[in-house]
Amino acid sequence: MTTKYTKDHEYIRIEGDLGVVGITDYAQQQLGDVVFVELPAKGKTVAKGAEAAVVESVKAASEIYAPVSGEVVEVNAALEGAPATVNEDSTGKGWFLKLKLSNKAELDGLMNESEYQAYLKTIS
Amino acid sequence: MRYLPLSTEDRRSMLATIGVKSIDDLFANVPAKALLKKPVDLPMHAGEMSVETTLGALAAKNRTAGSGPFFVGAGAYKHHVPATVDHLIQRSEFLTSYTPYQPEIAQGTTQYLFEFQTQVANLTGMDVANASMYDGSTGAGEAVLMAHRITRRKSAVLSGGLHPHYAEVIRGLSAMASDVVTTMPADVMANEDIIAQIDDTTSCVVVQNPDVFGNLRDLMPTSKACQKHGALLIAVFTEVVSLGLVESPGAMGADIVVGEGQSIGNSLNYGGPYIGLFACKQKYVRQMPGRLSGETVDAEGRRGFVLTLSTREQHIRRDKATSNICTNSGLCCLAFTIHMTLLGQKGLKHLAEINHANAVTLADMLDGVKGVEVLNETFFNEFTLRLKSDAASVVERMAKKGVLAGVPVSRLLPGDKSVANLLIVANTEVNTDADRAAFVKALKASV
Amino acid sequence: MLNNQGRPTTPNAANTNARHTFTGNKALMIEEALSFETGRYDLTGVDLPAPKKVKSRLGKLKRKSEIGIPALSEPETMRHFVRLSQKNFGIDTGLFSLGSCTMKHNPRLNERMARLPGFADIHPLQPTSTVPGALELIDLLAHWLKTLTGMGAVAMSPKAGAHGELCGMMAIKAAIAAKGEGATRNVVLVPISAHGTNPATAALIGFSVKEIPADDDGTVHVDEVKKLLGPDVAAIMLTNPNTCGIFEKQIIEIAKAMHDAGAYFYCDGANYNAIAGKVRPGDLGIDAMHINLHKTFSTPHGGGGPGSGPVVLSERLAPYAPVPFVRMVGKKAVLIEDARKAGKGLKPFGRMTAFQGQMGMFVRALAYMLSHGADGIRQASEDAVLNANYIKAGLKDLLSLPFGDQPCMHEALFDDSWLKDTGITTLDFAKAMIDEGYHPMTMYFPLVVHGAMLVEPTESESKASLDLFIATLRDLAISAKKGDTERFTGAPYFAPRKRLDETRAARAPILKWSPPAPVAEAAE
Repeated sequence: MTTKYTKDHEYIRIEGDLGVVGITDYAQQQLGDVVFVELPAKGKTVAKGAEAAVVESVKAASEIYAPVSGEVVEVNAALEGAPATVNEDSTGKGWFLKLKLSNKAELDGLMNESEYQAYLKTIS
Repeated sequence: MRYLPLSTEDRRSMLATIGVKSIDDLFANVPAKALLKKPVDLPMHAGEMSVETTLGALAAKNRTAGSGPFFVGAGAYKHHVPATVDHLIQRSEFLTSYTPYQPEIAQGTTQYLFEFQTQVANLTGMDVANASMYDGSTGAGEAVLMAHRITRRKSAVLSGGLHPHYAEVIRGLSAMASDVVTTMPADVMANEDIIAQIDDTTSCVVVQNPDVFGNLRDLMPTSKACQKHGALLIAVFTEVVSLGLVESPGAMGADIVVGEGQSIGNSLNYGGPYIGLFACKQKYVRQMPGRLSGETVDAEGRRGFVLTLSTREQHIRRDKATSNICTNSGLCCLAFTIHMTLLGQKGLKHLAEINHANAVTLADMLDGVKGVEVLNETFFNEFTLRLKSDAASVVERMAKKGVLAGVPVSRLLPGDKSVANLLIVANTEVNTDADRAAFVKALKASV
Repeated sequence: MLNNQGRPTTPNAANTNARHTFTGNKALMIEEALSFETGRYDLTGVDLPAPKKVKSRLGKLKRKSEIGIPALSEPETMRHFVRLSQKNFGIDTGLFSLGSCTMKHNPRLNERMARLPGFADIHPLQPTSTVPGALELIDLLAHWLKTLTGMGAVAMSPKAGAHGELCGMMAIKAAIAAKGEGATRNVVLVPISAHGTNPATAALIGFSVKEIPADDDGTVHVDEVKKLLGPDVAAIMLTNPNTCGIFEKQIIEIAKAMHDAGAYFYCDGANYNAIAGKVRPGDLGIDAMHINLHKTFSTPHGGGGPGSGPVVLSERLAPYAPVPFVRMVGKKAVLIEDARKAGKGLKPFGRMTAFQGQMGMFVRALAYMLSHGADGIRQASEDAVLNANYIKAGLKDLLSLPFGDQPCMHEALFDDSWLKDTGITTLDFAKAMIDEGYHPMTMYFPLVVHGAMLVEPTESESKASLDLFIATLRDLAISAKKGDTERFTGAPYFAPRKRLDETRAARAPILKWSPPAPVAEAAE
């Protein structure tokens, strides 16, 4: 099981043909209390870098971009009633959506764990 | 100048503290050729007495609604507003406060907005209402845009009973955004087949009740047809007092409700400021424009109210906001809330009954008057007359006899010859038997 | 003879915060329930005559559903709203430093004039022959606005600032369409520092928005604008003075660049109060600008509205102004309501609102303008700028200025770099100002500055008031730097409410009152 990261602080965890997408722990800290997550419709096809979801705190709304291209096969409906899950467990129960990857090669352009940690050091 | 606290000496010493020689040093960024060297060509400052004289003279030229028999409606209505209302809205802490961005020192505003939202939601039979729009017409324009966002469709159908000015506002906005609007022809008798216009590309249907001609419309069949095609029903009203006696749009299946709230708490003001009421079903709240006040607790667990769901709004979402609206109708909203608190449902129902009874009385008096026909089968406090000749001219003649008789439909639909002889007449609690007698007499002499 | 009945006249020091009252009230600060909790459904606070007995003409549509609004009697209503009012801070309470919002004195003469029955008790659709004074007033106010701004025309009907923006941008869109460029010119340039209403307005009518970066001094550089210009650009929306409180010094060059590229210049006039009577926007080359009558011309903010946003228009845009409008024919003011009969060469794009605009606000604004006169309006702008610079001068050694020490216009912008490592945020600082009896400045806006604090004192403050304000902020700043974090992080201590939980409000919104659920009979 590998996890890859974007510079916009999305992660994608590869589980077979599927990628589980969410935001990193760093991102949830920066956002503050998450109050709402707007998720895409199941079945929607998203291109790499396109808006896939919106996460809202009290004073900000941030777009979440698809780390890679694919079809949305599942969304985390539990976030609707419990947006705080994103703060509490962003990489676990706080995932946003599952993508069926249309081009696995796109993963190569993303950062791995140690690269992402190094990247965080450069921006803080 | 009485409003300016700085003395000449204050100004001199402040400039010295800042470290500049003259005030114009602070305007250094202004291109020299654009900086005016002296006041523009307008009169110089004036004392209170002088301003009162100037404005008083202009006011005196206007014929006020309270000065004689008055039956003008069609979107704005003369009602009696209790003295308490105007006293309270002039409290400094209401009048001179800002949008409640610092809720710890704005609980007065956030709490009355919460009460207002509850009043409007209950009155309209909807789940949730916002903290008001500019007026009913701009609210209608926003409702159509909201329906487009929800349905992801771009085609609206407007009833021929919708106030023509509201339709114009909607069409103006839609034309700019390249959305499609179908406007039904003027539907004086409330017998249009709007359901036939609804298909799977329809985003929303906009129906007014009571309509601009005064007719009451059952929204249920339209609501069902909308549901069938995945379209939304937007219900509009211009006379909020009607909701005391007429079934609520929520109970008739509306998805979004917009209306003019001027009748409660607010004066005629020659068209503004008014107050747009805006309510919808819970599931659409995140697509709603405008401010919302919500309940929460403070650090000690005490109940309080804050503006909430602000991420919908322009100051956060910018070009992705649900609307560009920033200002609401704050004080008008407060006036509405105070008047409605005084009335309560019992008083509102009573007020509505008087309005209806007065209108029925006038309609009955007109029954049998030669050259005058009451077109409505049903109405609340307003109905439409068909006269034998041009209604606008009749209104002018009646005005000369001291009666402001109503709104000629040609004023709302200029160029539509089929409506030239139609006159919309409103009756509220302020109209007396003597007013109605004067109306009938003047009308007989003017048709 | 010695008075042996002496009572202490100096109260003992006591920790007032630790005291609790039975009611939860604190003397003048009285807790107030919702009218829905205290009202009664079978009561009314208005006495009305009995309705006549008639045969109903409601058909089948008589209301069957419950209304659900309780009433308070008149004395209860009075207390309810007076107590609510006492939880609000207004301009009449104290210095209201909210930048960009222009919280200046609201003269009560304006209120008296707006309530003259000749203005308040006339109907927008009564025959125009019966309201010549109303039409003349609209024309007179239009004359003042046009003369002050040096513009050829003004659309009076927009209901608020953002509505005025919409009107101006609709006129621009109509003008572009008339030139046959409707399909191609669809981009609007907006600086990052702009009010959110600007991009929201542009997007509302189908424009896409491109952001212009700010220069190091907080202004927009003409070269940055030129880089973005092309045949697809419809307009720029630029606030001047800008939201950093700085006059855009290259504004004339920017206007020329826009016009040379076949595009239009929309100016957000939210900050016009800094330059009214000093600079005519018409001399800067702008095509449209809304004027917030509730800011520059002192109509009351009323807890969030109503506003009024007339838009002045250049000759190029004037033909597209919406109906209705007033035109003088000889000495007679005529109301033009039918777009098709607007007049030769005029092509109104439509209608912004049902009626003629915010008449009540027109009267108030005109009363203010007549009171000030050409000289007073100019002086008010100068005093507003003087006051802001005085505050900046009094604080610049303690607080940090994001764009260096240059003159500001009517508002002074600070950032939060001076708070670095104190553990105190802009928000905390603002809340501590509440305890000191001030309405905080605008926070976290404009977005170009980190932790922005935008202070606008307006011309309504005396020197003594400014001196005390500066002394207070200095005391707060020193205490922040010394590490007295509790003074800030726990603030406000003395407001009717402590900090409110906005997260909770947004996560599970409660937007109206609901009757409490019936209490289940608990087994004791």
